[in-house]
Amino acid sequence: MNLDISFGQYCEGNSILHRMDPRAKIIAAIMYIVAVFLAKNLYAFALLLLSAIFLIAVSGIPLRIVLKSMKPLVIILLFTAVINIFWMEGETLLVSLGFIQIYLEGIINAILIAVRIIILLVGTTIFMTFTTTPIALTDGLEQLLSPLKKIGLPVHEFSMMMTIALRFIPTLTEETQKIMNAQKARGADFSTGSLLQRAKALVPILVPLFVSAFRRADELATAMECRCYTGGDGRTRMNVLHAGAMDYVFCILVIALGAGILVLNQFGGYMLSW
Amino acid sequence: MYQIELKNVSFVYGAGEPYEIRALDNINLHLGGSVMTGFMGHTGSGKSTLVQLLNGILKPTSGQVLLDGKDIWEDPKKIRDIRFRVGVVMQYPEYQLFDETVRDDIAFGPKNMGLSKEEIEQRVIDAVHFAGLDESLLDKSPFELSGGQKRRAALAGVIAMRPEILVLDEPAAGLDPGGRREILGRIREFQRSSGTSVIIVSHSMEDMAMYCDRIIVMSAGKVAMDGTCSEVFGRYNELLDVGLDVPQITYVADELRKHGIDIGADIYTVKYAASQILSKIGGRQI
Ligand SMILES: Nc1ncnc2c1ncn2[C@@H]1O[C@H](COP(=O)(O)OP(=O)(O)OP(=O)(O)O)[C@@H](O)[C@H]1O
Ligand SMILES: [Mg+2]
Repeated sequence: MNLDISFGQYCEGNSILHRMDPRAKIIAAIMYIVAVFLAKNLYAFALLLLSAIFLIAVSGIPLRIVLKSMKPLVIILLFTAVINIFWMEGETLLVSLGFIQIYLEGIINAILIAVRIIILLVGTTIFMTFTTTPIALTDGLEQLLSPLKKIGLPVHEFSMMMTIALRFIPTLTEETQKIMNAQKARGADFSTGSLLQRAKALVPILVPLFVSAFRRADELATAMECRCYTGGDGRTRMNVLHAGAMDYVFCILVIALGAGILVLNQFGGYMLSW
Repeated sequence: MYQIELKNVSFVYGAGEPYEIRALDNINLHLGGSVMTGFMGHTGSGKSTLVQLLNGILKPTSGQVLLDGKDIWEDPKKIRDIRFRVGVVMQYPEYQLFDETVRDDIAFGPKNMGLSKEEIEQRVIDAVHFAGLDESLLDKSPFELSGGQKRRAALAGVIAMRPEILVLDEPAAGLDPGGRREILGRIREFQRSSGTSVIIVSHSMEDMAMYCDRIIVMSAGKVAMDGTCSEVFGRYNELLDVGLDVPQITYVADELRKHGIDIGADIYTVKYAASQILSKIGGRQI
């Protein structure tokens, strides 16, 4: 078993998207999500599809990697598709086997919802994870949320926690792999046996993992204190974020996309039901 | 005699991904016979990767690993049996300790083998002695041990499985000099008395010279040299090229030779150097 973490992975590059201000990318991603949910008919979906292709092209991320990041989604996609095909009722009956009735509308709905989920994922991962380092992302988020400091929310602390958590994901994955290997070398068996046996088989992995996570947390806290970290007050940043022309252009493009979708929705055709 | 053979073995981490790393490149090796084989190589040369191929923790990207002539991946369901036969102590094994007591932790491997209670108990005691741990530590939590004790407990955990072939990835790193000699000495002793094949990875030229019959030098995923101590350390310019070195005492012998005192070639251990010097000055042999 190999742990695969390409879902949510930064992919090095130097495209326009890579160089954008993380704040603009977060805003654009949120608006993009709204736009995706606005789309109701085939025309609107066609536009969405084009926008997703445009995003992938501009980001310069190889299509292979984008597709790979969607692997974990296959089960969800199949599940929602099946539910839609069997449960949705419509006007054009295609198959009728006893209590199973499949309508054309159900199939179209299933396809559109699958497309919607895929585009949602492509849009957000291209804007946020593939082209933005986790550190830049939390930086951007911290600055976007900084007005909330005024009402006493510990925005800096939250974003520091997030940065640290993100920083340690690869470390912990690697560590899990190492511990698993070491236990396998002693004949541990993670893939056979009853559910209870398999759950028990995880103990030899989880215990050392937790022990080392706590040890790392402890060491990190000491290291931060040694460098006089005291929290967000009075702290200046090494990288000050600047919004440039491209950042405005992209945000406007996404707004235009949303408007375009609203217009296209008016042309009717098959309408997505939810 | 148990034999491991690597046939055209390559291993690539993250095959097909943007940052794939070719850790091993077409390795062909015969490991086995009643010898202690040492692997050397600079950091990242692929030693740990090779070690993990020997007991099927990793599967070769291409090529075959044969144990007694049979491909270990012939029946992937039986790979666990291979792991009981080829015992691997991984690099930094102290992080694998997990059970409530040291005793239970060492018994983890034998338990997985499905041995009887008495047999397990006996093996745990033997393994603890082998690793030089005090029996009084058996009922402590492994997390209360010192770094060196943890290392020994982890070593005992693999020894307790009584593998036919023992593979150790830097077993002595981080131990004090006394502990280092003790552990390596015991491993050597075990190798001699059991007549099996022991494979050891180390960065210490001195250890290699002292304990190994055969040395394999890895460089950038390939086998750069393979031979006895004198064959390998004799090519020390090449060793320097791949980021390694020869034992300090070899330099001393070299300097002596330059100053007109020739104590002979093949000086790789302090013990041998001392006896050569003594015989040169007509003293008693040690
Ligand atoms: N889990 C992994 N994922 C990706 N790459 C890895 C992984 N483990 C090792 N590598 C890479 O494979 C190469 C060989 O690593 P390996 O651990 O075998 O080296 P090594 O000779 O044991 O080094 P060291 O002396 O530091 O222990 C290195 O380039 C390393 O970066
Ligand atoms: Mg290593």
